[in-house]
Amino acid sequence: MSPAEDRVVRRSARNGWLLSTPALILLFCAAAGPLIIVAIYSFLTAGKYGNVEWTFSTSGWVGILWTKDIFDDTWKLADAHLTIFWRSVSLSFLTTLFTFIVGFPTAWFIATRPPERRAFWLFLITIPFWTNLLIRTYAINEVLRKEGLINTVLLELGLIQTPLEMLYGPFAIFVGMTYVYLPLMVLPLFAAIDRFDMKLLEAGYDLYASRMQVLRRVILPIVKPGIVAGSILVFVPSLGAYVTPRVLGGGKQMMIGNFIELQFGQGRNWPLGAALSMLLLIVVTAALLIYVRFAGRNGGAHHG
Amino acid sequence: MAAEAIILAQHVIKAFGQGTAAVRALDDVSVEILRGEFFTLLGPSGCGKTTLLRLIAGFEMPTDGTILLDGADITTLPPNKRPVNTVFQSYALFPHLTVAQNIAFGLEMLGKPASEVKSTTERMLALVKLEAMAGRKTSQLSGGQQQRVALARALAPQPKVLLLDEPLSALDLKLRKEMQVELKRLQVETGITFVCVTHDQEEALTMSDRIGVMSNGKLQQVGTAKEIYTRPKNRFVASFIGETNFLTGRAEDDALRLAGGARIPVPGLRADGATTVTVRPEQVRLGKPEEGGLDATVKDLVYFGTDTHCHLALADGTEVVARLQSPATGEAGYAVGQTVGLRFADGAVQKVED
Repeated sequence: MSPAEDRVVRRSARNGWLLSTPALILLFCAAAGPLIIVAIYSFLTAGKYGNVEWTFSTSGWVGILWTKDIFDDTWKLADAHLTIFWRSVSLSFLTTLFTFIVGFPTAWFIATRPPERRAFWLFLITIPFWTNLLIRTYAINEVLRKEGLINTVLLELGLIQTPLEMLYGPFAIFVGMTYVYLPLMVLPLFAAIDRFDMKLLEAGYDLYASRMQVLRRVILPIVKPGIVAGSILVFVPSLGAYVTPRVLGGGKQMMIGNFIELQFGQGRNWPLGAALSMLLLIVVTAALLIYVRFAGRNGGAHHG
Repeated sequence: MAAEAIILAQHVIKAFGQGTAAVRALDDVSVEILRGEFFTLLGPSGCGKTTLLRLIAGFEMPTDGTILLDGADITTLPPNKRPVNTVFQSYALFPHLTVAQNIAFGLEMLGKPASEVKSTTERMLALVKLEAMAGRKTSQLSGGQQQRVALARALAPQPKVLLLDEPLSALDLKLRKEMQVELKRLQVETGITFVCVTHDQEEALTMSDRIGVMSNGKLQQVGTAKEIYTRPKNRFVASFIGETNFLTGRAEDDALRLAGGARIPVPGLRADGATTVTVRPEQVRLGKPEEGGLDATVKDLVYFGTDTHCHLALADGTEVVARLQSPATGEAGYAVGQTVGLRFADGAVQKVED
């Protein structure tokens, strides 16, 4: 490389950094900065009236799993916390699974419509996004509650004698999250199925595969990147969901999101809240890395 | 080769759409494909050849008629229950599998033991000369190699009939010529009946034992390449396969009387009304007017290298093209405007239906 060329390359590299400065500053202020503050807070001591005292302490992290007995000051395993973690993970997993079971046929249906009709169906899928999350969640509340739509209809039809108790529990949270996050599953699945060459179905049948074998051996492996993307998009926000469990869980059936909020509010234990936030971040990131690597090795993700 | 039918299609009708808007892609087609032959369905796009292939494969069900495979009625059998495999026009290779896995797919679906799957896959890889590519993803292969994988994949389960849907259309000219030879070799080596669909007449002529020419959902003529080329049944077949001249006139005994009064000897022709005959350009002979034959005027000479096309007009204005072998000098020895005597080679004039 001649010195002149070398200068040009270096200048363009310098210009590149210069041009991305605004974005980098924004990223630092909006993403990395707050994260660093949260990370620091998780290692401080809780103040009496909220906030933090600038004394190093690991009690925030220890508090994730252990709690100090108020009578004899001994540390005990906090099974209430474990219940919340288990509820969050299991509900998020169920939500992901169920959005996939419902979302896959939906996405397949849309992707196999004539091109000019697809936009219409996709529009229908995205309509819920136009409404505020809180309002949508209250709408589900209205559907599920004792005097709500489902109970009224079932009572009128005489199928049940007493209204079903569906609200304020894991079931209601599950229904709410499935409803809220379904589009996030459908859209990436649609994108993957849209790229899927339908000739491969014929090739599969032609080579003696049954319908089930075509699904398992041809369709699913090829649309796997879409399944992975959809699952991530549903699982991650489900795990940190706040509004849905708050409105449909009735305050008692907390998920991690509500639990964290509690620490920064009534709980007045900011370090514990910060530590929980960091834990959530670490768990989600680790899960994503494992999932993406696993999917990348076996799937056809390279040609997406 | 025993002249025994492996595929017997009887009065097959396939209509798309409903009621009055229904279009008959296949209009009462009956065809017999013999065991171990290379049979080609030839026709322009939209003639129904691919539909017939898809009916044999089982991707479509006929509206009416029956299809027998090796004596068994397969008309309504789903594709995965038919011992028939397809080489798709777009190859339709599985992108998430390697070359070897693609080839093994059908065998695995048939539930063959792992050792047999492995040995057959290896044999197929050798057959299409792709041993070195066994572990590659199909997207890393060239078009010609993908074509070979598609062939190996379809041949691996040893189907009774191999269906090929425009197998060479995605390849460039040179590769296509190579693959024509290759396909013929594979067919002879495996002894499997090949049914190939193409719109390329040259492809059909060079590869096939027999050809079925189709147009407008109907099978126009079935025969060997020579039969179809030298004795086309109707105007469509004559003009679709190669180039040809048509002459229209009134049939007399053993001759055709043109409108201008000229008489062309056609042995075997019986007195009849308006009749069309065809004659290939290479069967047209030119000579001096005094040597006899029809008087014709040279209108144009087009040099093609190996041969020269001489466009002529008969007395009544009918145009005839003669294909002359170009002499060493390249000069055909005729000039535009010159009058020549025109004859047709013995047996070259064929009556065709309209």
